[in-house]
Amino acid sequence: MNGVATAGTASGGSWLSRKGNLQALGVFLFVVAGSVWALALDSRFVYMLVYVWFGLAYGMLLQYGRFCMASAVRDLFAVKVPRMAVGMMIAVALYAVVAAIVTLSGFSTFHPNAMGWHIIVGAAIFGFGIVFTGGCASGSLYKAGEGNMNSMLVILAISFSQAIVVSASGWWDALVPQSWVTAAAAQDMPAELSVTKGWFDIFTAGYIWGLKGSTTAEIFGMAESAAGIVWLNTFLTAILPVVIILVALYAFYYRKGYLRRSGKAAPTLGDELAGMWAMFTASKNTALAGIGLGILAGLHMYVTGALREHYGIFNFGELLVAMGYTNGLSIQDTVFDPGYWYITTQEAQWGGWIMQKLGIDSMDSIFFGLDNGLPNPLLNAPGFMSIGIILGASVMALSRREFKWKAPTWESAFFAIVGGTLMGIGARLAMGCNIGAFFATVTNGDPSGWVFLFGMTLGAFIGVKVFTWWMDWSAARKGGELGL
Amino acid sequence: MAMTFNKTADHEWELNVCGYTCPHPQMYTKKALQKIDSGDMLTLIFDNPSSGESIQAMCEAEGSDLVDRQEGSGSFIWKIRKA
Repeated sequence: MNGVATAGTASGGSWLSRKGNLQALGVFLFVVAGSVWALALDSRFVYMLVYVWFGLAYGMLLQYGRFCMASAVRDLFAVKVPRMAVGMMIAVALYAVVAAIVTLSGFSTFHPNAMGWHIIVGAAIFGFGIVFTGGCASGSLYKAGEGNMNSMLVILAISFSQAIVVSASGWWDALVPQSWVTAAAAQDMPAELSVTKGWFDIFTAGYIWGLKGSTTAEIFGMAESAAGIVWLNTFLTAILPVVIILVALYAFYYRKGYLRRSGKAAPTLGDELAGMWAMFTASKNTALAGIGLGILAGLHMYVTGALREHYGIFNFGELLVAMGYTNGLSIQDTVFDPGYWYITTQEAQWGGWIMQKLGIDSMDSIFFGLDNGLPNPLLNAPGFMSIGIILGASVMALSRREFKWKAPTWESAFFAIVGGTLMGIGARLAMGCNIGAFFATVTNGDPSGWVFLFGMTLGAFIGVKVFTWWMDWSAARKGGELGL
Repeated sequence: MAMTFNKTADHEWELNVCGYTCPHPQMYTKKALQKIDSGDMLTLIFDNPSSGESIQAMCEAEGSDLVDRQEGSGSFIWKIRKA
């Protein structure tokens, strides 16, 4: 681009003399003080603080790179910009490399997702929703940290829609076939879970538990070998698809404009490679954030895995019991504790916990009662990762003078609530969002993540078509210039 | 606040999408750039930081020049000359 004049952010005096920097420092010190307080209560809270601080770092990088995976699929179709799709692929490649090292060192916390049609259906609903909310699950968290109250509404909608979906029964049960009810009944689960009541319980016990989830190395019986981990999980499942997608992004979305700008009428292979590099570096912030997030996400698994080894536990619930906190644990004495970057399940727990306080108990569901528990938000380790993302994004946005409280309009609030609800429903059907069901899976050799990305892309494509139609109709109705 | 798109002078336009989040700002900018003539100047006012990255990439792809950027307090005023 020619003639770009950069922003005039005139400043004088010391770094701290700027109000935004002072506020950013205040938020940072708040996290430091909270961490010290938690450690003073019990040093074993360091396990939870790992989530907090990785969340803080994720939030800072997400805001720095405007790193929103909704944009990765949406902006391809809406404005033909591959920036975020490229950033996402860079992050996948880096995460995959670090994840391989973590797995080889024996500290991986990863579990593959069950492969089935539910992934495409759930991901498509999720992908449709993200077009209307303006952000994916983690994107909504970092935008909330920029002061965007629409994104806060999206988080609320994701939280409560999931909590309702996983615990609803009655007429909802008609949504699932009788064969799933029969299969669920045959699972021999404790009566208190009532697995044949509640459509999501029936879906989980009668359908999901009958599916198989495996990494590519496991499929080929090479899960224990270094060759299986490196070549099948990392190269074949992550790196090779990333390279193919990057070449496709270049060919369909970047090449034509690049060759025009650089005046190459008959490009050589060197010109094409230079074009690919130009695409990678077109948005340095996004590329740097992708590199940072990829490495951090892998390290997160390593640190949590090492701490589990240190404390001799498999799940944070065991540590909570040892510390004397037994409320809100599942019947297995577990809580949701993925050990890596994850977003939606802890938000479902927030919604479920509030509903429980309002008298709507959902601990008879498989999702909360058997698997994830409903811990107090002050003891919800992954929940603190989400809060860390919001605070980290606030620190970065305040220091870059980009923080601004933005109140929703009726229209944007409607989109946030409806879109967020669809994201919540989609995430539960697909067993995760773009982070837990895509980013964390493909990087650890689980091919189900690519199925999620396909479904999310399909949903986003349809979402952009509907959104464009609505924008045109709305502008025409108002008689504005853009409606002509 | 509603989106506004006005002609401010000969060959000069202003698009204000403050209050809008993704994907509104980049989609409205795309529509505005499609509407104005080559060489016209578009003043774009927005306050959704993440839209900026996509708008900058869109300008680069289409050859439009981002000739001025004023940023601060969470708001952005960019001037784009359409290719």
